[in-house]
Amino acid sequence: MSAVSDVSSHARRHARWRGSEIAFWILVLACGFLFPSRYLIMTEVLRLGLFALSLDLILGYAGIVSLGHAAFFGVGAYCAGLLALHGIVTEPVAALLVAGLVAAAVGFLTSFLVIRGADLTRLMVTLGIALLLEALAERFSDVTGGSDGLQGIEMQPILGLFAFDMFGKAGFFYSLVVLFVLFLLARRIVHSPFGLSLRAIRNNPLRASAIGIPINRRLIAVYTLSAFYAGIAGALSTQTMALASLDVFSFERSADLMLVLVIGGTGYLYGGLIGALVFKMLQEFFSSLTPQYWQFWIGLVLVVIVLIGRQRLHRWALWIPNLIIRQLSGRKAVIAIPEGEAP
Amino acid sequence: MRGEVGSRSDPGEGLLLKVGEAYMTTLFTILFDGVAYGMLLFVLACGLAVTLGLMNFVNLAHGAFAMTGGYVCAVLVNQSGWPFFAALPLAFVSSALIGVVLERSLYRHLYHRSHLDQVLFSVGLVFMSVAAVDYIMGSSRIFIKLPAALEGQIDFFGVGIGRYRLMIIVICGLLTAGLQLVLARTRFGSRLRAAVDDPRAASGLGINVPQVFAFTFAFGCGLAGLGGALSAEILGLDPYFPLKFMIYFLIVVTVGGSSSITGPFLASLLLGIGDVAGKYYVPKMGPFVIYTIMIVILIWRPNGLFGRTAAR
Repeated sequence: MSAVSDVSSHARRHARWRGSEIAFWILVLACGFLFPSRYLIMTEVLRLGLFALSLDLILGYAGIVSLGHAAFFGVGAYCAGLLALHGIVTEPVAALLVAGLVAAAVGFLTSFLVIRGADLTRLMVTLGIALLLEALAERFSDVTGGSDGLQGIEMQPILGLFAFDMFGKAGFFYSLVVLFVLFLLARRIVHSPFGLSLRAIRNNPLRASAIGIPINRRLIAVYTLSAFYAGIAGALSTQTMALASLDVFSFERSADLMLVLVIGGTGYLYGGLIGALVFKMLQEFFSSLTPQYWQFWIGLVLVVIVLIGRQRLHRWALWIPNLIIRQLSGRKAVIAIPEGEAP
Repeated sequence: MRGEVGSRSDPGEGLLLKVGEAYMTTLFTILFDGVAYGMLLFVLACGLAVTLGLMNFVNLAHGAFAMTGGYVCAVLVNQSGWPFFAALPLAFVSSALIGVVLERSLYRHLYHRSHLDQVLFSVGLVFMSVAAVDYIMGSSRIFIKLPAALEGQIDFFGVGIGRYRLMIIVICGLLTAGLQLVLARTRFGSRLRAAVDDPRAASGLGINVPQVFAFTFAFGCGLAGLGGALSAEILGLDPYFPLKFMIYFLIVVTVGGSSSITGPFLASLLLGIGDVAGKYYVPKMGPFVIYTIMIVILIWRPNGLFGRTAAR
């Protein structure tokens, strides 16, 4: 009895909103008003953050390593593009939902392939699915526009009220609202008993099944959810850029996404958002250094992160903020190291 | 009446025969090209079969070693005027050297890390190699000047056989037979098999396991380099080589399994013939056929077609 109440009070304590989290979102909102000239790049960061959030759901919480998460991003992107282009669903929010649901359906169907087999098979199957979809999109170029991509997409005003402007202001706030709503949903889910059971599966599948968690069903559910999020991120990308091209499926996109999540840290939802910001800043910096060869430096960052060790790096990054908090309030550090994932 | 019919059907039958003959010729050509392609894939990927299949290290950067070998060969032949056959061993040696340096300095720290770390690390290496080669050599496709003896075709019972592909089959066939002999018959082969089966017991028996692994890794990289040099003519050599063919190498290893060298060999032959035939008969489907077959096989047998049943 006491053990049960212990667990639930522990879970509730973790689920409570912290001051730092509220400060984070206020800061993000403030960025929208502080830098009106940089809406386009900030929209990109939000989109990437949402995409990374979707990967965090399966990688950080369920421990599924995916090399082809761009597949769902691409499905969402093309879906939103086709809906708008052929005037099937013209209202952006509804189109967003439809695109997300289509991606979720693809995720649900492919999840049966992914839950079979160990890490290596999963890597291959996820990578294979992304490549397969890319080949399909290239093959049916009369639908997808082939290597030219979908062009000439005209977006209707959001909810019939806010039109997309050329400075990207509407696009930015639209993305921000979508990200925030989906973040709230994800936060609710990972702190629910369902989310806790996912962590149990990640840490030790055998033990998790021994205490009665239906592993396969949980993995299918979270994989589908993650595909839904990725699809929404893809649809957002099409809607805010009015373009969808073949590179939405590319391996580089999946690999960059892993880097984003690794920079920010897995398994605490904010990792993807922080990682997206740092990644975009790094990318900008490297492209100003060597315009054509920024990929070299991105690769170097990956290698260095792995060699130093992700855990150690996050400890270093959090050392100064924790020191300041300790000095100011004299209590124990509140910013915790994100939970490490099982090897 | 009957004579008329007979005289009419005669040319038809001849045509049918000719069509049949042409059909057989294309089939033979496809088979031949497919075997050459598959053998090439095997030489490129068999190093990966050891690192990924046996040592359980997800090395997505294997293609980078192949690319290195290809570019070394190209520079030696095109710019320094070396003969092609003298440049091939150097492609092997340079890739093997880079392989052993990287293994000793970086890779060996990651053997016991999670698969995610290994994936991130090797993807980082791929990105670096792609950008570095792009910077040094330019982004366009590069060709290696072939000696005159390798150009053109030989007529073999009415079927044109490319000399270059014939050479590839001969070289790769000899290499495969050599590898099989080394693994099965020599002292080093048995050491490697012991080290892979149970590293702890093997080191207890006095086998220097890290050394065996380092040597094997370097040899695999060298083979990849040789394969890269040979494949410049057929697969095309540009800075994106490691990304483009990564999935092919992975298919060879995962489909072939890791129990012996024959598994990956048969898998690469299947892949080579399947890819060539797919491109010939259903050109519009592109690589679709190959990916579908791969996913189906992996779902059907997660440890590969020829793999052992117990997962390592």
